[in-house]
Amino acid sequence: MTNLAVKPSLKNDLIHLTLAEARRGLEKKNFSAVELTKAYLDSMEEHRHLNAYILETPEQALEGAKECDARLAKGEGRSLEGIPLAMKDLFCTKGIQTTAASHILEGFIPPYESTVSDNLTKAGTITLGKTNMDEFAMGSANITSYFGNVISPWKRADGKDLTPGGSSGGTAAAVAGGLAVAGTGTDTGGSIRQPAAFSGLVGLKPTYGRCSRWGTVAFASSLDQAGPITRDVRDSALMLKVMAGHDSKDATSAHVEVPDFAKALELGVKGLKVGIPKEYHLEGMPEDILNLWDQGKKWLTDAGAELVDISLPHTKYSLPTYYVLAPAEASSNLARYDGVRYGLRVPGRTLDELYENTRSEGFGEEVQRRILIGTYVLSAGYYDAYYLKAQKVRRLVTQDFELAYQKVDVILTPTTPSAAFALDEKPTDPVVMYLNDVLTVPANLAGLPAISVPAGFSKDNLPLGLQLIGPAFDENVLFRTARVLEDAAQFKSFLRGHVS
Amino acid sequence: MTNHYFYEGTTGPWELVIGLEVHAQVISQSKLFSGAATAFGAEPNTQVSFVDAAMPGMLPVINKICVEEAVRTGLGINAEINLVSIFDRKNYFYADLPSGYQISQNDRPIVGKGHLDIELEDGTTRRICITRLHLEQDAGKSIHDQHPEKSYIDLNRCGVALMEIVSEPDIRSSEEAAAYVRKLRSIVRCLGTCDGNMDQGSMRVDVNVSVRKPGSSLGTRAEIKNVNSIKFLAQAIDYEAERQVALLEDGGEVLQETRLFDSAKGTTRPMRSKEHAHDYRYFPDPDLPPLVLDAAWVEGIRKTMPELPDAKKARLMKDYELPAYDASIIVAETETAAYFEAAVKALKSRDSKAVKLLANWLIGDLFGALNREDKTLDTCPISEIHLAGLVDQIVEGVISGKIAKDVFVRMWETGKDAASLIEEHGLKQVSDEGAILSIVDKILDENPKMVEEYKSGKDKLFGFFVGQVMKATEGKASPEVVNKLLKEKLG
Repeated sequence: MTNLAVKPSLKNDLIHLTLAEARRGLEKKNFSAVELTKAYLDSMEEHRHLNAYILETPEQALEGAKECDARLAKGEGRSLEGIPLAMKDLFCTKGIQTTAASHILEGFIPPYESTVSDNLTKAGTITLGKTNMDEFAMGSANITSYFGNVISPWKRADGKDLTPGGSSGGTAAAVAGGLAVAGTGTDTGGSIRQPAAFSGLVGLKPTYGRCSRWGTVAFASSLDQAGPITRDVRDSALMLKVMAGHDSKDATSAHVEVPDFAKALELGVKGLKVGIPKEYHLEGMPEDILNLWDQGKKWLTDAGAELVDISLPHTKYSLPTYYVLAPAEASSNLARYDGVRYGLRVPGRTLDELYENTRSEGFGEEVQRRILIGTYVLSAGYYDAYYLKAQKVRRLVTQDFELAYQKVDVILTPTTPSAAFALDEKPTDPVVMYLNDVLTVPANLAGLPAISVPAGFSKDNLPLGLQLIGPAFDENVLFRTARVLEDAAQFKSFLRGHVS
Repeated sequence: MTNHYFYEGTTGPWELVIGLEVHAQVISQSKLFSGAATAFGAEPNTQVSFVDAAMPGMLPVINKICVEEAVRTGLGINAEINLVSIFDRKNYFYADLPSGYQISQNDRPIVGKGHLDIELEDGTTRRICITRLHLEQDAGKSIHDQHPEKSYIDLNRCGVALMEIVSEPDIRSSEEAAAYVRKLRSIVRCLGTCDGNMDQGSMRVDVNVSVRKPGSSLGTRAEIKNVNSIKFLAQAIDYEAERQVALLEDGGEVLQETRLFDSAKGTTRPMRSKEHAHDYRYFPDPDLPPLVLDAAWVEGIRKTMPELPDAKKARLMKDYELPAYDASIIVAETETAAYFEAAVKALKSRDSKAVKLLANWLIGDLFGALNREDKTLDTCPISEIHLAGLVDQIVEGVISGKIAKDVFVRMWETGKDAASLIEEHGLKQVSDEGAILSIVDKILDENPKMVEEYKSGKDKLFGFFVGQVMKATEGKASPEVVNKLLKEKLG
């Protein structure tokens, strides 16, 4: 018996391909971009119950596919020509509704295109639709969306509906379930890596500043970073190459070269020093997670890497620091949703009433909670104790990593403290929910690149990921190390017929 | 204007303590963090970018020109330039503030401590310290009088760069406050960093006023907004001082509040509907990295600084021996200084006497005429060269000072130069002794009685003879020659 919520039609091999395979197939004219796109559109229709997409854009997708075929026919295919992608609904897309999964932006049609989605489109990708997510990217289970939760294509033996993780849960479900070749996510505290780990996918959060934030609805500006969610490590490198680059419209965008990441893939790890931080060994961490971590260490040493025990002493403060800073920035970033210029407006007799009515109705519970937390930590009398203290701790967390990278090349940890949970088991205490991010948040605080690679299964036969954290702007070390793990793990993805 | 440091109440003298916050709009083509245009008076909502309207995902990018203008202004007020400064978000909700926060600089402004020296009417100079200058965005405009229930919002001004220049509470009278703003305005105009037009709102002043018994600690201050001219500034301060003193002497208490100046009544009143005690929740804007300036770049700006009013004044006093009073008036406005210097250059003789004469004509007759006819130097019918030409004619003795007044009026009316008008109307001064002598003889012949009386000791009658000669020559006779000849003849 398979543990699949989705039964991929066997007639349709196209939706099993990786991005690189699909691109090769298109180049060789084994199939057309229109055929490939249609295969995905069919699959999307068939699996609409997963609720992976907030908005499907089949007409634009087919239109785009035709143009791709014309280019391919002329031998003018660009690097990602004809690849159908899932676009997280946090990226503003010109002429196409963009909601951040919030009622307050329902019906908002941006007159501009985000830099990241524009970079992808200009490389030839086709957007299949806008994927579901936690409202304003706030959440770890994709259950805070105004448009309903997302269901993972994976199933546990008990048959319960599982979370795909969050906040990029729609993209993760789409890529895992055959509703897109690959997709975009954003990661503020783990929102790419955690859903990737839960869904058996590769999820990369690039270095802060690697991908432009222009045109991406902001959650926490100093932490937000766009990245790819893909079926393998190579696809991740190919997509990042296109998504990344300096953008003069984003003052925090880095002025650095974008290397040809794919070239790093086969470098191996011989002689690399891999740091194992003792603080990531959490109390009560499940045995399957610890076993996977040990397995990862062994794979890397077998491939010639050297393990180095390291300490990142401020790790335990990362989560509380994150949950001060991210809400603080969010409380200010979300002030613009006031019912005056765009999106939802719930009238009132006075301006203040307009604000109150619009924002009470427009924002969900989790978003309101974080706005309140953020407003509180910035308010007079609390600023020093919370916000300022958190900024100092953030600096210490960053220093921990800086010191570690004097001794090691890359750091290996588990991505999540558990496998995906069933939607009816979701924690009712928000703080328990926040613990999902405990292993991913430090990389955001330090602005470092980190990748989650599917590496094994939980005792319930659900995917688990290993996380690699690299020095700033050294995504290459992540790709070469991740390739070794991927090779060794021989992970059987959902679509490639994992059998329980 | 209260020209005293102490304000006399019924319980004795009170001291005024005044601090000013001047918002000066930076002259730039585009806004502080967006590419939208900044021109005044455009159709509502036509100069608004996606950033200004706070559309989702939009990001601010600093406009280098505005940074340069702030540094230039900082150098102009003798201030420290902070090579690292931080932009903060000042959070509050209002309909004309689309993002829900204003980007400003709270803890670490681009410009630190500086000072200005102001000249007062009694000839003394006082140094007023400046706390800081920081860059911030302006808000949009709410228009409440176009619809019975709704307000309209114009975002054209939203995001325009402002320099907020904060003084120490060093100012002690409305005269000083006015002199401070005038000085600051002359500096920013000279630097070209702000046009200083208070009536258009490109320079706005908030005034903090408190009173105290001399020597005691600071009193509670009221902040006065909506002061849009220097005249109103002085009025607002005097009114507010009087109000606070009366209140305190009656056993009352000054409230720390924001008050609005009502220019029609010349009074201040508490701002209405201030039920929100704002907590602005300042924090560093995560969209903007710290603003880091290169010391060499700042030095480059310093090297291209124009001569500032103080330096110009010192030079005029040194080079032409101009009195301090004249020099201050000439340098107060860049246009006046430019006009004066161009006129000096056109003078045939540039000795201190001629230059002083030129200054007198500029400050006296020309300013008088400009005021009367509501004109400015830009629209003045007498050019710099023509005014210099008039002074040349006086210095060379071609016309007397008295005739020159007549020539000036003709120049104003016709736009012609002095020399041709003198020629045209035969106004040339007669210095030919022979010609004047015959007139002198004639006058003496016609007034034998007067001559007799003069000779018997009535010295005062000398003036009568001078007057008669001048009358007979229609004022054209050289007064010097007339005096000399009369003295010879009358013995």
